Amino acid sequence: MNKSISNIFSGEAVFLDKANVDTDQIIPKQFLKSIKRTGFGPNLFDAWRYLDKGDLNSDNSKRKLNPDFILNHDLYKSCNILITRENFGCGSSREHAVWALTDYGFTTIIAPSFADIFKNNSYKNGLLLIEIDEEKIDEIFKQITEKKTINIEVDVHNQFIYLEKKQFLFELDDFKKKFLLDGIDEVGFTLQHQNKIEDFEKNYKKTVPWLFK
Amino acid sequence: MNNPNPKTLYDKLWDTHFVGSRSDNGDLLYIDLHMVHEVTSPQAFEGLKIKGISPRRVDSVVATVDHNVPTTDRSEGLRGIKDTISRDQIQALQINCHDFGIDLIDLNDLNQGIVHVVGPEQGFTQPGMTIVCGDSHTSTHGAFGCLAMGIGTSEVEHVLATQCLVMNKQKNMRISINGPLKKNVFAKDLTMFLIGKIGTAGGTGHVIEYDGSTIESLSMEGRMTVCNMAIEAGARAGMIAPDQKTFDYLKSKPHTPKGNEYEIALEYWKTFHSDENSNFDTVHNFFAEEIEPQVTWGTSPEMVIGVKDRIPSKEDYTSQTERNNFEAALDYMGLSAGDSLENYSLDQIFIGSCTNSRIEDLREAAEILDGNVISKKIKRAMIVPGSGLVKKQAEEEGLHETFISSGFEWREPGCSMCLGMNPDQLGEKERCASTSNRNFEGRQGHLGRTHLVSPAMAAAAALAGNFIDISS
Repeated sequence: MNKSISNIFSGEAVFLDKANVDTDQIIPKQFLKSIKRTGFGPNLFDAWRYLDKGDLNSDNSKRKLNPDFILNHDLYKSCNILITRENFGCGSSREHAVWALTDYGFTTIIAPSFADIFKNNSYKNGLLLIEIDEEKIDEIFKQITEKKTINIEVDVHNQFIYLEKKQFLFELDDFKKKFLLDGIDEVGFTLQHQNKIEDFEKNYKKTVPWLFK
Repeated sequence: MNNPNPKTLYDKLWDTHFVGSRSDNGDLLYIDLHMVHEVTSPQAFEGLKIKGISPRRVDSVVATVDHNVPTTDRSEGLRGIKDTISRDQIQALQINCHDFGIDLIDLNDLNQGIVHVVGPEQGFTQPGMTIVCGDSHTSTHGAFGCLAMGIGTSEVEHVLATQCLVMNKQKNMRISINGPLKKNVFAKDLTMFLIGKIGTAGGTGHVIEYDGSTIESLSMEGRMTVCNMAIEAGARAGMIAPDQKTFDYLKSKPHTPKGNEYEIALEYWKTFHSDENSNFDTVHNFFAEEIEPQVTWGTSPEMVIGVKDRIPSKEDYTSQTERNNFEAALDYMGLSAGDSLENYSLDQIFIGSCTNSRIEDLREAAEILDGNVISKKIKRAMIVPGSGLVKKQAEEEGLHETFISSGFEWREPGCSMCLGMNPDQLGEKERCASTSNRNFEGRQGHLGRTHLVSPAMAAAAALAGNFIDISS
């Protein structure tokens, strides 16, 4: 097996030691009023990151940062890998949560588990989610506690992450891998299978004609 | 004769909608109904416009406005919305629906309301369907024997363009609940109790089918409340097999088939149930008699106790992560470990949301209020009906008079303080008894403190000014 490190997904890691981080925390509701896909990064984890309450009209550069929040520490300001605890991304289906994470600069999130809708939203935006056991997360937590900063190399193709003296295999669906590596337009890709959809529809319409107006 | 190939309800829904696999092994699932609202759709419509693609079947799409809408006077329509950013988002939906020829149930339409109240009430929701919406509480529609799932905005665009959702089949989970519910214990208590038992990640990777005599005894409204919060148990979809109650509920709804076509549809709908001996990957069994009126104490729906129980202590948790989460939640909520929830005064009461804003919920609250006035401790109590039709029905029954005379504000339909995207929000550190579905930090307002309860408990708490045991 040739190690094929993916530069985008590899990098420095920050550890957010919380379980059940919900999408309301990742991007609070007042920012969902935007009709754009971009610009959510400065409001990622807004209620934890700043000491005041912000909204879409706030000048984030003038707001007071919460010095206790991990992403505000000088050591972790430019990290692109987020490591966290179980059930990350639970709650609302808002894709804005993923847009905030990617706009901020995260390319990879490592956790014991992720919520289902969040998982789907992530790969469609090129955000890599890596699920590994709680013990392995504890191992990374130990390394980061000792060394303060750690670098993690990610091989998406072979599904491995490499830490100092450790390597972990992770699972990744074929179709998610393809999108992460190739960055395909998914609508266009599905439309290549349009014949299948038309054939299905033709038969299905005979079964449930009342659903077609 | 033994069925050689028994299927679960979910298996049947999957098989009847399975289009095929793409070359990358992503499965295409055909979608029958796509409900759209103003918050998660603008970027999807923009995507279609950029690509120059039209929706494949506009007859399968219905839109309404709910998340952002004011629940106060709407006589001025769009112009009356003071928050210009909210107004722009609502206007964007109006423009997109106009441009693509999609039916919109607009702000001043009598049928307007929360998307998950409107769908069933209009008969858009029918057994055997696949339903999606850019909102996680789409699981609500599963109460009719549908596969109903919340989706993200990229998926909204994908379904509009292709009529298909890309996914791989989930696992089957069955949760059986049997026996009668105690007095003043409702579907909301049941669904919160289940989340407390299996946890907010308990259903991850599964769809949940609820069954058992307790589920069968629930009204359609109650069943919707149960399925609504499947997502709070981590499952993208919750479902209940349709029965005579389901069929009776749907018969007269505007968008269900009529006459001979209804009879044909009925025979089809009746096939959607789990076969005997069908295989579930995970099974849970509970007895309804175990369930007390539930109140959440923390910042995750799984942080829930019976109203008579004590708030947990650090010692109740084993791992360091759990203990950290426990302490953070207790601190955020301003509570003491081991204390009784009855000892904390409430500031606001919210009865509404896609979980509990249907006519039965309002009747349940009115019965408790019954001519009494709310506590002076309560700064604001509001009831937000789920739709214009629910509001009309409640007014015909005179429920609004009970609410208003007891001190509740009687509002226009919308999502309101469930997520506080409109002006209905909690102030900092204000404590609220809420019939909504999420007690996340800041959900109802920056630093607001949410306790999730049933409508009856919310009404009783409004009268007392704090939580009280309503089971006796």
